[in-house]
Amino acid sequence: MTAALRHIGAVAIFLVRVLAACLPALRRPGLIVRQIYNSGARSLIIIMLCGLVVGMIMGLAFSDMLARFGSESALGIAAGLALLKELGPVLTALLFAGRAGTSLASEIGLMRATDQLTAMQVMAVDPLRYVVAPRFLGGVLAMPLLACIFNILGLFGAQLIGVSMMGVDGGTFWSQMQNQIDVGDVNEGLVKSLVFGVVCTLMAVFHGYHAEPTAEGVGLATTRTVISSSVLVLLFDYMLTAAFL
Amino acid sequence: MVAPADGSAVVEVRGVRYSAGPRLIFDGLDVTVRQGSITAVMGPSGTGKTTLLRLLTGQAFASAGSVRVLGQDVAALRSSALFGLRRRMGMLFQNGALLTDLNVFENVAFPVREHARLPEPVLRRLVLMKLEAVGLRGAEKLMPQELSGGMARRVALARAIVMDPELLVYDEPFVGLDPVSMGVVLRLIRHLNDALGITSIVVSHDVAEVGSIADYSYLLAGGRAVAHGTTAELNASADPMVRQFMQGHSDGPVPFHYPAGSYVDSLLDGTDLSGKVAR
Repeated sequence: MTAALRHIGAVAIFLVRVLAACLPALRRPGLIVRQIYNSGARSLIIIMLCGLVVGMIMGLAFSDMLARFGSESALGIAAGLALLKELGPVLTALLFAGRAGTSLASEIGLMRATDQLTAMQVMAVDPLRYVVAPRFLGGVLAMPLLACIFNILGLFGAQLIGVSMMGVDGGTFWSQMQNQIDVGDVNEGLVKSLVFGVVCTLMAVFHGYHAEPTAEGVGLATTRTVISSSVLVLLFDYMLTAAFL
Repeated sequence: MVAPADGSAVVEVRGVRYSAGPRLIFDGLDVTVRQGSITAVMGPSGTGKTTLLRLLTGQAFASAGSVRVLGQDVAALRSSALFGLRRRMGMLFQNGALLTDLNVFENVAFPVREHARLPEPVLRRLVLMKLEAVGLRGAEKLMPQELSGGMARRVALARAIVMDPELLVYDEPFVGLDPVSMGVVLRLIRHLNDALGITSIVVSHDVAEVGSIADYSYLLAGGRAVAHGTTAELNASADPMVRQFMQGHSDGPVPFHYPAGSYVDSLLDGTDLSGKVAR
């Protein structure tokens, strides 16, 4: 218990230090843009593919379920709400943790193992400003964008299967979605993806920065990144869903 | 013990005590480095040579004693002052520690970009001058992954001197180098020290090589400096430990084997390496 509290404290202190380092890092937008590319653009393929497949699964499963209640026409709103409020942010975060989170943790861990972080400190350069803060900001900014793309592909997939294969009316699919989903639902998804972006990127940079400077240490850091990110995303999802009710 | 006499002290380590976990690394270490000299810090593996550099650069702090570098007490410095002190120092890491996402030019330019706002043409000239000094001006566009060990070490050296430091510390600069690269690095250390008027500390256990360029040497063992003097003085020492180290004898006060029980008993006692009794 004491160890867990100490760990939470260490993460909180690290977050404060990273946030303090973010302001100077903002003066170098080039570094942040590069990290948005590394964390965001390089995750695009997997996010788009998974978004499409999840949407297609929803198109199939929801059509079948709603048909039992004679409500096939509600497919658009069901898929839209599920994607915007829950599946989009959560699945994007889990995929982000697996793709970009592990990449960040192993990259920073290897920099630790090869003395690059120490070399920066000896050159009077704070690694938190140069290495961690740009990656943190890049990840946090990339996550909502990735979630939006996931949602768009998901809706397209649901429409593709629901309308083209399961016989749901296309006009009803889109009009129900437009009528029933309001800005609050969109905001909920955005807030969640922002929070998940902070959680996943923080876990990645924290575990990478504190990795033991060995091959085993770097491997352990990536494993811890995925596990802690996944658990925290689900935990925060519950809390945020309760808060938005 | 007598400390080197010429020049003012750039580094003064006095009565330092330092432990890494339960292991005592230094117990009353005294080292003095004079301005403009090349000082070698030698000693068997595990005697704390690299730890001494960590104490000098403020990456670790002594539990007792004092470490003064360029006139400042390292342990008493606040973070900003410590960074200020580090800007006056350069350090060459054992593996070079080049930033792997930057090419050779950007690696050397890195400290200048971080600490000075030089116009790009001036920065370019400065970096090319430093690369020329280490013989790698033509390699400016290469990535660190494309460099040999010796080249990486020389690029790191160019990066270490780009801010014109007053004190340059080298951590095992000869490890893994072929004879040609080693000769080049040796000449560079001497040349840069004399041409730039800086002070150098070279941590190494390559006795003959470092001894050939060092003005003064310290031999660390058992948590303290057991001997110091010029290379000739150390070579002429009658102290068994100094003789063993300088001449590379396997027998002597420095044991080859890690402390262990009876060899015969270990082989016959029927326990495997995990401590379980074999059936």
